[in-house]
Amino acid sequence: MSLLEIKNLHVEIEDEGKKILNGLTLTIEKGQVAAIMGPNGSGKSTLAYVLAGRPGYAVTEGDILLDGESILDMAPNERAAKGVFLAFQYPVEVPGVATMTFLRTALNAQRKLRGEGEISTPEFLKLVRAEAGDLGINQDMLRRGVNVGFSGGEKKRAEILQMAILQPRIAVLDETDSGLDIDALRIVSEGVNRLRSPERSMIVITHYQRLLNYIVPDVVHVLAKGRVVRTGGKELALELEAKGYAQYTDEAA
Amino acid sequence: MADVTPIKTPAEQALAAAYNGARGKLPGQGTIAILRADAFKRFDAKGLPHRRVEEWKYTDLRTLLSDALPLATPPDAEARKTAKDSGAVFAALNPRQLVFVDGAFVPELSDLSPEPGLTIGSMAEALLKGDALVAAHLGKTFESDDTALALNTAMMGDGAVIRVAAGAALTRPLQLVYFTATETSNYTRSLIVIEKGAQAAIAETHDGCAAQVNTALELVVGDEAQVDYFKIVAARGIHVGSLLMSVGKKARFDTFVLNQEVGVVRNQSFIRFAGEHSTGSVRGVNLLRGEEHVDNTLLIEHAAAHCAGREQFKAVLDGESRSVFQGKIVVKPGAQKTDSKMMTRALLLSDKAEADNKPELEIFADDVVCGHGATAGALDPTLKFYLMSRGIDEAQAETLLIQAFIGETVEEIPHEGFRDAIMSAALDWLKTREVKP
Repeated sequence: MSLLEIKNLHVEIEDEGKKILNGLTLTIEKGQVAAIMGPNGSGKSTLAYVLAGRPGYAVTEGDILLDGESILDMAPNERAAKGVFLAFQYPVEVPGVATMTFLRTALNAQRKLRGEGEISTPEFLKLVRAEAGDLGINQDMLRRGVNVGFSGGEKKRAEILQMAILQPRIAVLDETDSGLDIDALRIVSEGVNRLRSPERSMIVITHYQRLLNYIVPDVVHVLAKGRVVRTGGKELALELEAKGYAQYTDEAA
Repeated sequence: MADVTPIKTPAEQALAAAYNGARGKLPGQGTIAILRADAFKRFDAKGLPHRRVEEWKYTDLRTLLSDALPLATPPDAEARKTAKDSGAVFAALNPRQLVFVDGAFVPELSDLSPEPGLTIGSMAEALLKGDALVAAHLGKTFESDDTALALNTAMMGDGAVIRVAAGAALTRPLQLVYFTATETSNYTRSLIVIEKGAQAAIAETHDGCAAQVNTALELVVGDEAQVDYFKIVAARGIHVGSLLMSVGKKARFDTFVLNQEVGVVRNQSFIRFAGEHSTGSVRGVNLLRGEEHVDNTLLIEHAAAHCAGREQFKAVLDGESRSVFQGKIVVKPGAQKTDSKMMTRALLLSDKAEADNKPELEIFADDVVCGHGATAGALDPTLKFYLMSRGIDEAQAETLLIQAFIGETVEEIPHEGFRDAIMSAALDWLKTREVKP
């Protein structure tokens, strides 16, 4: 069985009724890293949000199955406990909630939903220290409110730290490369690569091929007008970089 | 010329009867009796403040006070016993408690052990014997024609009279514990004088049953003095509290008020920067639900140059509760280089809750920095989704966000012990909150 199956997914923005995903079908195998590329407005971020369960999107047709089970009726926190993780394109700031408190609350909430016991303090601190060190996140950042006063690069690194602590089974990285300089891109990519495992799948959403030099995908899907229009190996990303998206937007029109 | 006789409400009539019945027995003679009589005349002429009085626009006391409860009598042994756990919110600070039950000072529940530089007495006693400190300051800290304050002056029974001598730094915080054991009305008046260079941390707590409380504190902050003042109102019934403050030069003060589990509360602060180069903050948090109503009204007067003031109020509103903020900053002629900023934010957790914000600036100097801002809104759905996407359930996500909203203001409290006590009281409130799916 595939880890994640997205079947003929149709999605509209609630209230507006604007259709974004238009019969999207996609399968992610266990341990697979899939890149999703596509022009602006093709539905990449909507796909990320719908996977994570963000309110405001109406699924009018189709289904999303995780291990063969539909997750459409699950709240975002239930999906998280099942192993879905979204690294946000624009991580939000949560002033007043210290990063350490947040990480611990989230981890324990997930463990509780899975029927596991709470993590012990020494175990948790050890886990955070190890991961934070590799990502260049210092103690001061961990004491501050979640993402408060972080630079763009620091926010993306903090997202990867959350991912490392929460150990998801399917991670969706929504334009994790946006706003990163070369050095930050390298640190973030190394963080992601450390988390690659036969047990963990990833969906890497990006406009540009550059990120895929660092996080080498097993498969590349091209999204246009709300559905997958082409699937290929990692060389497809290079072709897109050279030729652009015009042929797909025209094709789909 | 025809005499205009305003129609008096039953409560106003009862208050007049209470004053006339009590005036012979209220403590103090001579100038004190005259002070009372003048104050009552002012109250009687205008009656209870109502919505057409601009400063009371959102808290119509004439309507809210449908009837005046009888004046409290001295607390009996049973009443004193129930006061035992009152004001426990600051217990971790091991404060020096001065306990008032139904408005009367209870020495046996209070800590009157001596400390160098600290003088403590009861207001009733001070009024009776004609205390010099009271004679020098009472009614003079900040003169106001507010009628609720006038009623307090007319009816004042007991309270604390405290002096912290020049240069003294109190080792423990002082706590005025006001507990109401019966559903009666009481009028307390306190005077605290912090002399030059002295340091004190003062807490004031109000809890107990649904009484009608009209309390006033005159706080005189001397030159170079440092004062932290914290008030927590957690009482049903009607609470009207007036803080009158005068601040000398090169002084520092930080005040904070927390209102939760209340009925109707009006906290009015009249604060004057009377000396140059002083800094002060006035902050507060309202945590409201049901039909609770809290009105924080400030008048910050910059009468001297080079002073900085910060005012920040937050309200978390559930149910059909209502939070009122009125803040007026007045910069007097010559108070150049004044730096005064005011901010108020309301977090609405229900469609039926209401927040009223009225900031005002009156500036008569040309080289100042003054500003104000106000916001009101619901919980940010993006933040909520972010927290939930990490595995945190809806109730806990909301709790964390409300905590963060309050935390932004509470974290600014410079006094560590007070800060922790306030945050822990706020967290207790959050724990009892019901989340609607």
